[in-house]
Amino acid sequence: MSDLNVVNPVEPFLRTDRMPHIWCPGCGIGTTVNCFTRALIESKVDLDHLALISGIGCTGRVAGYVKLDSFHTTHGRAIPFATGMKLANPKLNVVVYSGDGDLSAIGGNHLIHAARRNVDIKVICVNNLVYAMTGGQSAPTTPGKAITSTMPYGSYEPSFNLPHLVDAAGAVYVARWTTFHVRQLARSMSEAFKKKGFCFIEVLSPCPTLYQRRNKMGDGLDTMKYYKEKSKIRHGAPTPEVGLTLNGEIVVGKFVDRDRPDYRELLHAQMSETLGERYIDETELVCS
Amino acid sequence: MQADPRGVLTGVHFLDGDHACCEGALAAGARFAAGYPITPSTEVVERFASRVPLVGGLFIQMEDELAASIAIQGAVWGGAKAFTVTSGPGFSLMMEHLGYAIMTETPCVFVNVQRGGPSTGLPTLPAQADMMQARWGSHGDYEVIALCPNSPQECFDLTIRAFNFAERYRVPVLLMMDEVVGHMTEKVIIPKAEEIEVEPRRHTHKDPADYLPYGTNGDKVPEIAHAGEGYRFHMTGLTHDEHGYPNMNAATQDKLVRRLKEKITDAKDVLLYEEDGVETADVVVVSYGITSRVAQRAIDIARAEGLSVGKFRLITAWPFPHARIAELATKVKAFVVPELNLGQMVGEVERAAGGKAKTIPVSHAGGGVHRPEAIVAAIQEAAR
Amino acid sequence: MGVLVAAKGTVSIVVERCKACGFCVEFCPTKVLSLSSAFNSKGYHPPHVVAAEKCSGCDLCGMYCPDFAIFGYRFAAAKPGAATEVDDAS
Repeated sequence: MSDLNVVNPVEPFLRTDRMPHIWCPGCGIGTTVNCFTRALIESKVDLDHLALISGIGCTGRVAGYVKLDSFHTTHGRAIPFATGMKLANPKLNVVVYSGDGDLSAIGGNHLIHAARRNVDIKVICVNNLVYAMTGGQSAPTTPGKAITSTMPYGSYEPSFNLPHLVDAAGAVYVARWTTFHVRQLARSMSEAFKKKGFCFIEVLSPCPTLYQRRNKMGDGLDTMKYYKEKSKIRHGAPTPEVGLTLNGEIVVGKFVDRDRPDYRELLHAQMSETLGERYIDETELVCS
Repeated sequence: MQADPRGVLTGVHFLDGDHACCEGALAAGARFAAGYPITPSTEVVERFASRVPLVGGLFIQMEDELAASIAIQGAVWGGAKAFTVTSGPGFSLMMEHLGYAIMTETPCVFVNVQRGGPSTGLPTLPAQADMMQARWGSHGDYEVIALCPNSPQECFDLTIRAFNFAERYRVPVLLMMDEVVGHMTEKVIIPKAEEIEVEPRRHTHKDPADYLPYGTNGDKVPEIAHAGEGYRFHMTGLTHDEHGYPNMNAATQDKLVRRLKEKITDAKDVLLYEEDGVETADVVVVSYGITSRVAQRAIDIARAEGLSVGKFRLITAWPFPHARIAELATKVKAFVVPELNLGQMVGEVERAAGGKAKTIPVSHAGGGVHRPEAIVAAIQEAAR
Repeated sequence: MGVLVAAKGTVSIVVERCKACGFCVEFCPTKVLSLSSAFNSKGYHPPHVVAAEKCSGCDLCGMYCPDFAIFGYRFAAAKPGAATEVDDAS
């Protein structure tokens, strides 16, 4: 028997009027939302000053289910929207929550530039290795030889190593976990919320309806067990070495945690140096 | 409300249209711009980049127009007044986000300094060939407001108007300049801040518990809230209900899309135009932007020859002033419509005229402005 | 002779949200749960508690559940109501 006033920690964060969500049985996106919730609680982020921005795709639907200021934007463009928002109101904690296709294909250009600029935003990239919402097409993260709806005879494209990509572009915090690693994922998210600069957390997640089914890898639970078996925690691993393959080892952990001045600090420093007192540093651009 | 004096460069200036547009944005209260270099528009944001750190604001050159056109919207939802600037190829890239701003009712301004097209076309030479694109460039059913300045002074004045309409109707407003208006240098008078009327953001005063992001109180425009104010609202480009929640069915679609349309078609105050001598004219020349300057010369020449010619200058191209043109069509013999394109707004004139007056295009593929003689010839033909 | 073991916590299940993915059953560290033979209205078998005394209220089930259908919590103090008689031999 349960106490009537004990509530699931995730519940106050959900738009309960919109439950149940649309994600499939065994999909890991909901699991990542639990971790996100725990991280928000642990890091004591002011929820009234948090903006969650997503793109298009299954993971993009997270924005619609969380009771936060949330913005479901266009495909691939959550990051530039987030950049504009953060620059207009730096008091906001700005989180981008989107999928691998959205962030690294159509959104790839924005991903690398935001990392380059070290814009102070936190990017949670749920990677299910396909475009799930539209039926399981190939994504830049689809491993070689995997079967997708647009590569029905097996993928022959090299795939992105996302931690390496964002590390090279300049991200200050880079981690990868899977939906099996719930405690570690929540901890990484919490660390990212407390860190200044461009933070990127990749989370491998099952898409049992499409990716796993087409590749005969079982259901969501089979995939979770697969993650448990194949994952090796290697904190600080050099990011060029953490690429993923169809059946190989999954290197997880915190790979990059460094300090660089963020975009606003760089802007301020340059303007102050050149303009001195003439520089009007308006921290918030809120209009009346 | 009055303009913020920090952004108002009061005085008599000698500026080109691009520079005047930037000053208009600053006067209107824009403190955020995102852009991408593209001739002949780049000077607008180059000036903003130099001016805004001294006023209090930010310019960011984004990695492409796709990013610029949505970064401004992020900034708006973060609380700022924001705009972006581009020309043909960039305008095409921005179409998806123009639609997003319309669907989410995000007040912002998109400036297009038109150049020859299609494709890379004539980067340094004028055209007015994006006019239909301004109306129909994004996918889906929608209405948009588009203004056409014909001088650097108007580049200043109409940029302020554009921001004001954007805030009043929660819609992106297009400022359809052209390369000549953008690069011609003329006297621009910038008044004192207290003489400049600026529309405030339609921010809600409701409690978060009572606030519906897309609910309207009788009129068709919802009140806005920004991120970080405790409203915990959701915003999406999917078809949505008053809560802002995706609600994807035909009934919600009908309700939403019709309101978005009627919000603008009901807005009679946005229909700006300039008329001279139309009531008694045989022929009315309908023009806009730089072509209207040449048309004025042609009208003067034709009148000097004794022809009865009226002038109708579109300041607002969209929504198109159908009712006024239809009314004039019952009184005049013909409309002459010179444009720097192969016939775009002329189609609207013809439609509005409903067969009651002839409609004669004076087309030009772009790359230069009309010679007045070409327009005079058309007027003479029309008057026959 | 049996020994009373008090559970340190328990779970709360929203049966109608469950899609029987099996994560909670698999990853409960003390194997408190099993999928029941009952159905919810969507036709899924939700989990049920089969070893209440072993529940520590760690909420790993809650963290794993993609459907927000279950969570665990620790009791403030050990509760006799959740205790189960356990054989010495087990």
